[in-house]
Amino acid sequence: MIRRISIAVLVTACFTLAGLLLLAWRLSIAPIEPPSPSTFSAELVAKGEALSAVGHCAACHTQPGGQPFAGGYRLNTPFGAIFGTNITPDPKTGIGVWSLEAFTRAMREGVARDGSHLLPAFPYYAFTKLSDDDVKGLYAYLMTRAAVNNTVPPNTLPFPLNIRAFQEGWKILFFRSARYQANQSKSAEWNRGAYLAEGLADCTGCHTPRNPLGAEEAGHAYAGAVIEGWIAPALTDANPSPVPWTQEELFTYLRTGVTSLHGATGATMTPVIRGALALPVVPDSDIRAIALYFSGMDRASARANDVDATTREAVASSYVSSDQAENDPDASLYASACMSCHYNAGPTPLAPRPDLALNSSLMLAEPTNFIQVVLNGVTNTETVDNTQGAPGLVMPQYSSLTDGEIAALAAYLRRTRTKSPPWNDLEKKVAAIRRESMASR
Amino acid sequence: MTTFDLNGKTVSAQSPDDAALLWVIRDELGLTGTKFGCGIGFCGACTVHVEGRATRSCITPVAAVAGAKVTTIEGLDPTGSHPLQTAWLELQVPQCGYCQPGQIMQAATLLKDFPNPTDQDINAVMAGSVCRCMTYIRIRKAIKLAAARMRGDTSHA
Repeated sequence: MIRRISIAVLVTACFTLAGLLLLAWRLSIAPIEPPSPSTFSAELVAKGEALSAVGHCAACHTQPGGQPFAGGYRLNTPFGAIFGTNITPDPKTGIGVWSLEAFTRAMREGVARDGSHLLPAFPYYAFTKLSDDDVKGLYAYLMTRAAVNNTVPPNTLPFPLNIRAFQEGWKILFFRSARYQANQSKSAEWNRGAYLAEGLADCTGCHTPRNPLGAEEAGHAYAGAVIEGWIAPALTDANPSPVPWTQEELFTYLRTGVTSLHGATGATMTPVIRGALALPVVPDSDIRAIALYFSGMDRASARANDVDATTREAVASSYVSSDQAENDPDASLYASACMSCHYNAGPTPLAPRPDLALNSSLMLAEPTNFIQVVLNGVTNTETVDNTQGAPGLVMPQYSSLTDGEIAALAAYLRRTRTKSPPWNDLEKKVAAIRRESMASR
Repeated sequence: MTTFDLNGKTVSAQSPDDAALLWVIRDELGLTGTKFGCGIGFCGACTVHVEGRATRSCITPVAAVAGAKVTTIEGLDPTGSHPLQTAWLELQVPQCGYCQPGQIMQAATLLKDFPNPTDQDINAVMAGSVCRCMTYIRIRKAIKLAAARMRGDTSHA
């Protein structure tokens, strides 16, 4: 009996596997001679350049200090390291022999030219929304870049995740190939923003929590998620910023990397803004459209009434007198280490002086972002071009402080600058983030 | 290797990426006006400007300023006559002098953000710059004098 059952299980498993492999089968698309750059109109290439910036393609397809789009960027995922591929038109190591048809299939269905499945670290599930014209523009732009011969390191995914055919299972569960459908009840600007945010910019990629299989959780779009050791905050009305993200605030932030009422960008959002959205090639109108889309999601207009009062209160809290510092060691720590840069006066904070009482890193449910900034500072190094974004916002690394001191600072600021409940286990969390930072250096 | 702009000149530092900017400036590039104090970003003696903002160079890794403009006390003014420097001289602010380059660099950012600083503004922004000789009273006076001159207000001069 047991033998019969095990034979039945084995046979079913074999059939399922065979069925999956059959479903996973994709034809290879014939290689082409790399097209001459002159076959693409300058207009199409320019359009592709702007789109590629909105899609921040360079962020994952460029190694720090490497040639643009030549691949090698290491993306650390819970499953292992995945390396961004070379998408320059090099025939051997890049996509030089890919036809438009092969490129389109990769973008919209996540299948490489040779028929193998791409991993959803490449957001084809979002790019599937792109229009024909936009895919053509991106193809024209990439195929007219300098070809760079660069073989990227192999991914470190464990078995069986390294079997690409198994990606078909993921696709059956989580992927639908479909172009963007306009919402007729909304304006053209809103639809443009939704098209770019949901498609090319793949904002959900970082801001939506993922299930154990690495797919975005249904029903929790933009609810915030942990990405590369940082929290990508919620973009819905669950966003904890004391001052709402209006279209104007979002526009300034996405265009420059900093606003006086929300502070400066950090972590993986930095290359998205400073290396991509802040580039002059991206039209203001596209950034405004994305800003409009998210300002609606944040229900900003409903919360915009008390901005002045909130700001005044925040600015007032940025000062600690010497009397206060004498009586409270935590306040004294803040006065010595933080106040010279984070102090503000006047009705509104200055952009280069991020006001801590307005900063979401103090308002989030977890102290992750606050601890990351204190330990690792804010550097100028992750920029593709230092003249873009919010140049000069360098914060030193306060890693000489002990875990206990950073925990005390976090608790003090949480206590005095927010209305949120205290953070738990601060010292342990500082120690854990410090260990991870040291390991990744 | 990290390339950045130091006092208007492009420099390439060979020190490792995580070397403190302070030691790159002092030991590798030979500008000793910037001082080492506490080494943990709590005293202000090492203050330089990164893109015009006062920054503690002892805890800033040199790689963090790649491509940025860094200014030290030597480069604050080409002839050493920034209004803060002349006010400092006139009022004979320093005692031993060790912390003063950092004090002046911090004060320069203060005046950029608060051209007419109140006592509270000075207390707040200068709080992280300590002086063992207790020159604080003259520092406050010199900051106000320089601020008045920079605003073109001669009544305080």
